[in-house]
Amino acid sequence: MAEKTTLRKEFTKGLLVENPVLRLVLGTCPTLAISTSMTNSIGMGISAMIVLVCSNIAISMLRRVIPSKVRIPAYIVVIASFVTIVQMLVKAFVPALDSALGVYLPLIVVNCIILGRAEAFAGKNSVAASAVDGIGMGIGFTAALLCMATIREFFGNGTLFSGADSLLNLFGITSFTGIEIFSRLPESLHIEPILILILAPGGFFTFGLLMAVSNKIAEGKGKPKAELRGCDSCPMSGSCSLIARDEAGDCAEKQPAQATANTTGGDA
Amino acid sequence: MTKYYISILLTAILTNNFVLSKFLGICPFLGVSKKLKTATGMSLAVIFVMAMSTAVTYPINAYLLEPKGLGYLQTIVFILVIAVLVQFVETVLKKYIPSLYSALGIYLPLITTNCAVLGVVLLNVERAGAEPSFGFAASMFNSVGGGLGFMLAMVMFAGVRSKMESCDIPKFLQGLPITLIAASLVSVSFLGFGGIVENIFG
Repeated sequence: MAEKTTLRKEFTKGLLVENPVLRLVLGTCPTLAISTSMTNSIGMGISAMIVLVCSNIAISMLRRVIPSKVRIPAYIVVIASFVTIVQMLVKAFVPALDSALGVYLPLIVVNCIILGRAEAFAGKNSVAASAVDGIGMGIGFTAALLCMATIREFFGNGTLFSGADSLLNLFGITSFTGIEIFSRLPESLHIEPILILILAPGGFFTFGLLMAVSNKIAEGKGKPKAELRGCDSCPMSGSCSLIARDEAGDCAEKQPAQATANTTGGDA
Repeated sequence: MTKYYISILLTAILTNNFVLSKFLGICPFLGVSKKLKTATGMSLAVIFVMAMSTAVTYPINAYLLEPKGLGYLQTIVFILVIAVLVQFVETVLKKYIPSLYSALGIYLPLITTNCAVLGVVLLNVERAGAEPSFGFAASMFNSVGGGLGFMLAMVMFAGVRSKMESCDIPKFLQGLPITLIAASLVSVSFLGFGGIVENIFG
């Protein structure tokens, strides 16, 4: 019975309390880049989740075999192998998604969520717990991506699930190609989508606002704010703490930094 | 030909900036940009590793993987090459150029898992496959340009952040949210470069 409750805890923590994107601030690159379209977010989320679950299971099984000195290269090899498998499957079965995700699909290798979970969890826990942790974190990642993509696609493009047929093709459904909203409005209510939301600045902006909302909710529950605390979950924590100490140190460097702000301020 | 290389360089720095329009290397951009000194050190190390890894992975791909039909192994081979290279550079610097090691060395392990480095290598290979004129030299220019663009974004953002420290920020935006919104504004300024390179060199 106790086993069951801990497994459930491992699963649910990835969804909210330790949501990888909004609470642990991991995997920001794909979150910002892919969240222009809901369909692509789901594709990215599922691909990352498959890699995460498989690599968590493999690393957890190998945790007594891998010497701790070379564990990071070993983890990277395991993760890269699963990413290659997923990449080939996506190319073969969902080619439209492969071209939409582009370079971000192979870049799952360096997604901090996966290496971070390998280092922080799978390398220390049982196979079952690691698999459940992977599923929870994967769903949390997908949910955060989808949340951002809904805002960006709705306001930036005026659609929902546009291009969904590329994913649904897998199940033989080709009729549903997304919901057009803004273009269906009557003439008197005509609204132009806010194009900048699906451009790069909109990504940062939406993420900033979502982060503020998530911080507010966390504050209400008495939890600390989300910070870039890569050092806790990042496998490179050894060198990370060096930088943190460096940053916390003397304020003598402030002066030149101020000067740059003045000169670059004009361009901005 | 010179024109072609300069246009590649400028495109990588301004219009297709790695951080602000391609979202590669966001972690160091948000995490290591608090102080100008760390931002510059990190960026120099990134430029160095980007150029080195392109110089090594381009021949591996062109003369080993592609002729043998092993293109699908790109991801795994490239990440291993980058990891080994970073480790090698770190060891060499530590032994022979301690002054450079103390300036860049601490950033090197972080760079292995920096998506900008693997990203630039993969993008170069992809573009070289699609565009025959995009050879080794063009790949090198693209990598160095990408690194310089990363540096420009980091240094600019370090300036913005040091200004922000003395600002009265609404409570709900303090911390990461305001940093992201500031990044969004910096990114807007880079949108202004859209089309500039095509218009100068087109």
